[in-house]
Amino acid sequence: MSVLLGFLAQTLRIAVPYLFAAAGGVLAERAGIISLTLEGFMLGGAFTAMLGSYYSGSPWIGVLCGIVGGLSLGLLHAVSTIRFKADQVVSGIAINLLAVGLTRYFLKLVFDSSSNSPRVAGFSAGASSTALVAGLVHNPLIPLGLLTVPAVAWLLYRTPFGLRVRAVGEHPEAAMTLGVSVARVRYVAVALSGALAALGGAYLSLDQHQFTDGMSAGRGFIALAAIIFGRWDPMRAGLACLFFAAAETLQIQLQGMQAIPSQFVQMIPYLLTIIALVGVVGRAVPPAALGRE
Amino acid sequence: MTASGAISGAPAVRMTGIAKRFGDCLAVRDASLEVMPGEIHALVGENGAGKSTMMRVLAGIYPPDAGTVEVSGRDITGWSAAQAIGAGVGIVHQHFMLVPTLTITENVILGREPTRGLAIDMARAQREVAEAAERNGFRMNVRQYVRELSVGEQQRVEILKSLVRGARILILDEPTAVLSPPEVQELWRVLRALRDDGGTIILITHKLDEVTEISDVITVVRAGRTVARFPTAGTSPAAIARAMVGRDVVLSGDASESHTPWREQAARANAAAPAPALEVRHLVVTGERRARAVDDVSFTIQPHEILGIAGVEGNGQSALIEAIAGLRKAQSGEIRIAGTDVAAMSVSERDDHGLAHIPEDRHRRGLVLDYSIADNLILGRQRAYTRGLMLDRHRILSDARTAIAIADIRPPDPMLPARALSGGNQQKIVIARALAKPTVVLLAAQPTRGVDVGAIELIHARLRAARDAGTGILLVSAELSEILALSDRVAVMYGGRIVAIVPRSEASEQMLGPLMTGATA
Amino acid sequence: MADRVVEAALPPLVAILVSIVVGDLLILAVGQSPGAVYRVMLEGTWGNAYGFGQVLYKTTTLICTGLAVAVGLRAGLFNIGAEGQLAAGGFAAALVGLALPVGTPGLLAVPLCTLAAMCAGGAVGFVPGVLRAKWGAHEVITTIMLNFIVLAFLSWLISTRLRVPETLHTEAIHAGVLPRLSAAWSAFHGSAANGSIAIELFAALVVSWYLFRTRGGFELRAVGLQPDAAENAGIDVGRTWIRALTLSGALAGLGGINFVLGYEHYYEEGFATGAGFLGIAVALVGRSNPLGVVLAALFFATLSQGGLAINALVPKQMVDALQGVVILAMAASVPEVRRLLALARGKR
Repeated sequence: MSVLLGFLAQTLRIAVPYLFAAAGGVLAERAGIISLTLEGFMLGGAFTAMLGSYYSGSPWIGVLCGIVGGLSLGLLHAVSTIRFKADQVVSGIAINLLAVGLTRYFLKLVFDSSSNSPRVAGFSAGASSTALVAGLVHNPLIPLGLLTVPAVAWLLYRTPFGLRVRAVGEHPEAAMTLGVSVARVRYVAVALSGALAALGGAYLSLDQHQFTDGMSAGRGFIALAAIIFGRWDPMRAGLACLFFAAAETLQIQLQGMQAIPSQFVQMIPYLLTIIALVGVVGRAVPPAALGRE
Repeated sequence: MTASGAISGAPAVRMTGIAKRFGDCLAVRDASLEVMPGEIHALVGENGAGKSTMMRVLAGIYPPDAGTVEVSGRDITGWSAAQAIGAGVGIVHQHFMLVPTLTITENVILGREPTRGLAIDMARAQREVAEAAERNGFRMNVRQYVRELSVGEQQRVEILKSLVRGARILILDEPTAVLSPPEVQELWRVLRALRDDGGTIILITHKLDEVTEISDVITVVRAGRTVARFPTAGTSPAAIARAMVGRDVVLSGDASESHTPWREQAARANAAAPAPALEVRHLVVTGERRARAVDDVSFTIQPHEILGIAGVEGNGQSALIEAIAGLRKAQSGEIRIAGTDVAAMSVSERDDHGLAHIPEDRHRRGLVLDYSIADNLILGRQRAYTRGLMLDRHRILSDARTAIAIADIRPPDPMLPARALSGGNQQKIVIARALAKPTVVLLAAQPTRGVDVGAIELIHARLRAARDAGTGILLVSAELSEILALSDRVAVMYGGRIVAIVPRSEASEQMLGPLMTGATA
Repeated sequence: MADRVVEAALPPLVAILVSIVVGDLLILAVGQSPGAVYRVMLEGTWGNAYGFGQVLYKTTTLICTGLAVAVGLRAGLFNIGAEGQLAAGGFAAALVGLALPVGTPGLLAVPLCTLAAMCAGGAVGFVPGVLRAKWGAHEVITTIMLNFIVLAFLSWLISTRLRVPETLHTEAIHAGVLPRLSAAWSAFHGSAANGSIAIELFAALVVSWYLFRTRGGFELRAVGLQPDAAENAGIDVGRTWIRALTLSGALAGLGGINFVLGYEHYYEEGFATGAGFLGIAVALVGRSNPLGVVLAALFFATLSQGGLAINALVPKQMVDALQGVVILAMAASVPEVRRLLALARGKR
């Protein structure tokens, strides 16, 4: 029982950043903007959240600062792709590199370190196996992360804004002829995706009570993989996140038993994404206007 | 359906002295239109006459460069599309503006969603859309996704979108181009009901039978000008056609100045070559939504012969050409070039067997716009210009200079990118390339579309010269006058089928017109 | 003609200008004078032989990943997998170098190792090519995913069987070592610049020749500019995509010899880190033109080495941020310049 509980708790803890980022990414992609940027949004969010917590001593201020950091990067991406019509892939790569560069620069500038920040106020109690379950209660970002996915599904399928997002991502001209501002809908969707992915990053730095260089470590790309594997539906993408996280948990728990090398477990999300794209698992049809002006 | 604040007795629409320029092209130069409330008004004219531009000005999509637009007595010149919608003007575009992945209800309410709290009140939305549909006599399941609907059903959703937004003036741009005859009748029923309810309808079309069947008043547009306005009652298709074209329409029997009688010519061809240049048998090509875009088409073209395919656009002509060219897979049937079945061959293998192609969309298919004139002239023939691994630049350039001189491509600089040329000169490149080597079959799709008058004559002369040299030509054109000017035989395509093939001497606009619109011969 | 030159050359200039402005701000943020910092940067890179040697070493790898991305872009494809292809190329070169007997003459060993590097990179590039051509799987996603897969696979190979204990690298190769430039010019002493730069410059020449002089290049560019027109001209678009991504991967893989044959003489996990993404910057600023790629590689290598030189004044991490700024400004200014030029043409 406790083994199972521990497994579930650890899966959740690993899944939370994926859930935040995938929920945000679904919004942007459904509006027609490619979400290669999730990795950069997460890293930026992780850094600004740590910074906020460091200066205020409150992890809540940290969360707020994380959101602001993600919003800023999101808006930068939105301005470049929507106002300047920059190629979405190129702009996304630039945002990721910018996030890496700026976090490194300010890490060095503020803390004179090229690897990590000092310890700051955070959420998690500790990492011992009994504390894992307790940690779920102590860290409000965990329930929030779980709630984000249905919340985004509700936003997308039940609200006027969500309807417009879906229309703009499929057939922008149709939305335009009905007086819907394509640009405005996309600005909001990308900014929201920045804020949500940044919450995933804030979870990382506040859970570990410090920021380390490059701590998003490809999680943004796993979230993108989950979106594609979930066929651009928030709930299915959320399930894919949980599945990827469970595989990672299994690998950690089996460590030392040498069952499957960890490198192969790491490949799972990426292999599954390619399989999903090739169309073995249903047909992965992206929003029709994804990547287009 | 009366507008608040409307001046009673004022026309529903009054456009005066409208001009609209796109770049160097004056699409509309002096257009005026007056439509009374409760009227079905047909705006007719040839392709490119400026009808659609006029209506987009009315719908607030383009601001006019000159002139005024009034709706129910209010000046709305220069309004935005949203403001035009607010003033009761709705437009159903030729290409539907529907989101296929959304339901009918979602498409209709997009942009003006009823809410309860923060969420869409979907129950209310569905009820209201269903009620609006019923009120207008549309049978539809408002929960259905648009991608599952037939073209006719999609069109009704488009009309519903406008009506729900309070449109009292409904513009339909070539609404029957994509409809089957029963769907057309259904549309007429809907439009008549709307008119009887006090609505105003403006119908853009170039099909004369439709005009006489449905409209109350006709305005004719020619070359960007409105040239005539008369009530439908008491006019004849011939009179409308005369106004559209600007001269008496040439009738059957007397238009064969430059034509050798077909039978004589076919006999000459038969003597020269036993196999037909092109033979198509029972060709079936699948289009979107698994419908048959080309449905069991058979015909032959002899050497020294031009077969013209007349028909309203969207009746399978493009799919037919692309299947013969090898760009689209034929589901079944035979395609023989000089006796060889090429149906399973690639584009370049068909090229080796003597097939050449002037594609209908030269910007997408015909040219690499960023390549130079010289490079575009060898595109598709690059293997013939290869020595070892390298392209023979010297020969490419010298051949290009020759081709430029023969085809009169201007400016005559082989290094200039094709993008920098006018439409007519771009098309000269495409045609020069297609005719650069001995050709058994030439597919010429819309060869003079968007080309200035001088170039049209040159292009026609080159096609005739190729025919006289022995090439069999399949000509597809939206311009009936072009079909009649060039063809030795004329086929009519409707609904994916060839409904008639007649010798040129028996073809006339009057005879082809009804066939093109689906009337049986 | 003049318009086309402006359209090609203006965006990189705008991008570099924007990055200088942002760089000034970052320098001012630490209370230094931008002029002094840039002077130190130039002195530390082009101002002495060692610094210049390091710039050349970094240029060498970037030429390869830049060419790889450029070839993809010319065919209308976005290869984001250059990092994995580079790593695979370096790994294959090391494997062959380890397999050859000690004392194999360089004239035999170097071509063999180089060929192995190109084949391995090409194989990694071939996969997304086929996935795109046969199943329509978008190469942006598949190349990213393959990056992770290839790097994880190589990491497994290294960690389980090939590494020297307590390290992340293999043993030194037995044959195929390329001489350092310091062997000929002692002024380069200590710098990593090596003979592979000659091979990479030659590769740039060959790519330029292939793209603009051969039939294959003619077809590849036509597919990239207008796939529908290329198809109409009888060019097999799918096969051209596969060929382009395979060539792209092979070029990235070729970059692996710079580290393995020229510098450390072993494969080490992580040697390729960042070089793939930087290759995208190089290809964009170089406008996918091989000569432009060489110049852009030199620029980014200078920036990268310059970061080390100014570290005492400004954190060297500044150049990491500037790389992002250059790409972002490049991405935004390309369509903007085109729009403004079209506007100016319309006015004339």
